[in-house]
Amino acid sequence: MATLSLENLRKQFAPKVVPVKDITLTVKDGEFLTLLGPSGCGKSTLLRLIAGLETPTKGTVKVGEKNLNKVPPGDRDMAMVFQSYALYPHMTVAENIGASLKLRKTPTDEIKHRVGEVAHRLGIEHLLDRKPGQLSGGQRQRVALARALVRNPDVFLLDEPLSNLDALLREQVRADLKQLFRSQNKPVVYVTHDQTEAMTLSSKVAVLKDGVVQQLDSPDRIYTHPSNQFVAGFVGSPQMNLITLRCENNHAIMGDFKLKLPNLTRNPSKVVMGIRPEDLAVASSEDAQTIQGKVFLSEQLGREELISLNVHGSEDIVLRSLVPSDHDWEGDAITLMIPPHKTHWFDIETGERLNREDYSPPVDSVPATAQNRAE
Amino acid sequence: MTQDAIRQRERRVGWWLITPALLVLLLVFAYPIGRAFWLSLFEQNLGTELTAEFNGLGNYARLFGDGRFWRSLWNTSVFTLVSIVLELVLGMAIALVLDKSFRGRGLVRTAALIPWALPTAVMGLAWAWIFNDQFGVVNDILGRIGLISEPITWLGDPFRAMLALIIADVWKTTPFIAIILLAGLQSISSDLYEAHSIDGANPVQSFFQITLPLLAPQILIALLFRFAQAFGIFDLVQVMTGGGPAGATEVVSIYIYATVRRYLDFGYGAALVVVTFLLLIIAVAIVGYLLSKTRINVTGER
Repeated sequence: MATLSLENLRKQFAPKVVPVKDITLTVKDGEFLTLLGPSGCGKSTLLRLIAGLETPTKGTVKVGEKNLNKVPPGDRDMAMVFQSYALYPHMTVAENIGASLKLRKTPTDEIKHRVGEVAHRLGIEHLLDRKPGQLSGGQRQRVALARALVRNPDVFLLDEPLSNLDALLREQVRADLKQLFRSQNKPVVYVTHDQTEAMTLSSKVAVLKDGVVQQLDSPDRIYTHPSNQFVAGFVGSPQMNLITLRCENNHAIMGDFKLKLPNLTRNPSKVVMGIRPEDLAVASSEDAQTIQGKVFLSEQLGREELISLNVHGSEDIVLRSLVPSDHDWEGDAITLMIPPHKTHWFDIETGERLNREDYSPPVDSVPATAQNRAE
Repeated sequence: MTQDAIRQRERRVGWWLITPALLVLLLVFAYPIGRAFWLSLFEQNLGTELTAEFNGLGNYARLFGDGRFWRSLWNTSVFTLVSIVLELVLGMAIALVLDKSFRGRGLVRTAALIPWALPTAVMGLAWAWIFNDQFGVVNDILGRIGLISEPITWLGDPFRAMLALIIADVWKTTPFIAIILLAGLQSISSDLYEAHSIDGANPVQSFFQITLPLLAPQILIALLFRFAQAFGIFDLVQVMTGGGPAGATEVVSIYIYATVRRYLDFGYGAALVVVTFLLLIIAVAIVGYLLSKTRINVTGER
């Protein structure tokens, strides 16, 4: 029964190298927090700070009420799965899994029992006598997982554990992971740059950029209500359309068309509009807000077709839209409707979300975004 | 053309291609070895007679009763064993230090290699002076810090002469071992240490459970090189003690040199060479076998 909490955590390597700036968040039992961000955003450093492989410059790492800043990694009761798996090459699979128990002077019988149990659960019993060098990538990954699970730790830390698997296997292991950690009911911190993993696995996602949490929210909120332009552009594939538009009396001007601005927190002269390709639909006659354009490229995705079009009246505006693939759109003119409630508006300078929505987020996921912006 | 015919032709071309290399090998390895063995079957002592006389295995029989040979073999073994153990321990310590990143590491790494780069004869002379009983630095320092009241003879005392040789050899070849071990250390991923520390290991446990096992191939390679070198040591001993006092530091190479060059006993000298050679081959074979085993052990691949 533990809650992992980070308070104003900061890591500074050099005056200009600050991978983690000021991060405050909590992860409760059974919560699956994903740290999502591009490479260099500080997500791995943050994980290493939690594990105790790095010492924070400022701030604290706590489990429950206990401050762990001075506690060495081995005494934190956290298990970590490394991106490289970090299996001990000279030990058999069984020795690898049992290493942590052996170091804690667990009786041999119990080690054997627990290793057998976890190996059974992960389906790697037949590999126990092999060395890591004789295993495939997927099997190594399972051994690394088993090594973490066998300890029954307070907190699980996973550093891009799926990135070395091929695409097909990754999808399958992802599903397994979700089930596995749901049954553990412990705090899990998972680092990835893959938004699909973040969306599918997590109960909470923290999107990081330059050592600052951009948004800490549930996966669907991250997707439907990105708190700024960076999150909007980073999460979602195909990427959200982000277009800079001029504003005139409460309307944004897109080529020959005017889009009504909602009640924004500010009324700027220019604004960034964001809309996901799948939210742009082929317009029917009764749709109020439509635009027209000429399709210059279509990409077949199987179920749908991704089309790129130039909006009439402004050749440099390119919109991408997912449309049913029953028709070859290339070269055609098309009318698309822009649903106001699925349109996101961002400040052109700060990237901040401008349209408020009638929603109050759950209490424990508010502070991070608000505080971190100060940095 | 059938598959077989192609393969056969390839094989023929292959043999043609390695013929020059084979010829060179035969010339520089096989012939001298064979010639030495042939010579060892003769009694040929230029000091007493000019014609060689076939003697069968007589030289080998003589070798078994030759106390001076066994003593030189013993001296060689002591020298080899003690110096290698010391070099391994010190070399490991230096390698571990050099593996850490600190300011001026490159400089220290280069400086550490200097003793190894010096010609043995030159550094042997220097060490002979260092251990000189009247003017040597060692006696001076020991005297100043009050450990000895009178100068001790280093190279004139059987035990201390061997000690001086070993110290000089350790000084010279520790850097070599350190560099080999350092290469091994740097190939060990830091992830392993981090995973081990999260598993609950302290640095000492990590050293014995991660570093040492993963370094086994490098340790064995270092052992192999050093064994072959130390077992055949000649120049250092020749310069520092010449095998004295009273044969206390006479190693096999020195004895063979004396047999051939001083007593001009070529036949017997050849027999000594053959026996020493065989002993070396056996030792190398054992280490080679262990090496192939640890490779399997470390990578798990056969």
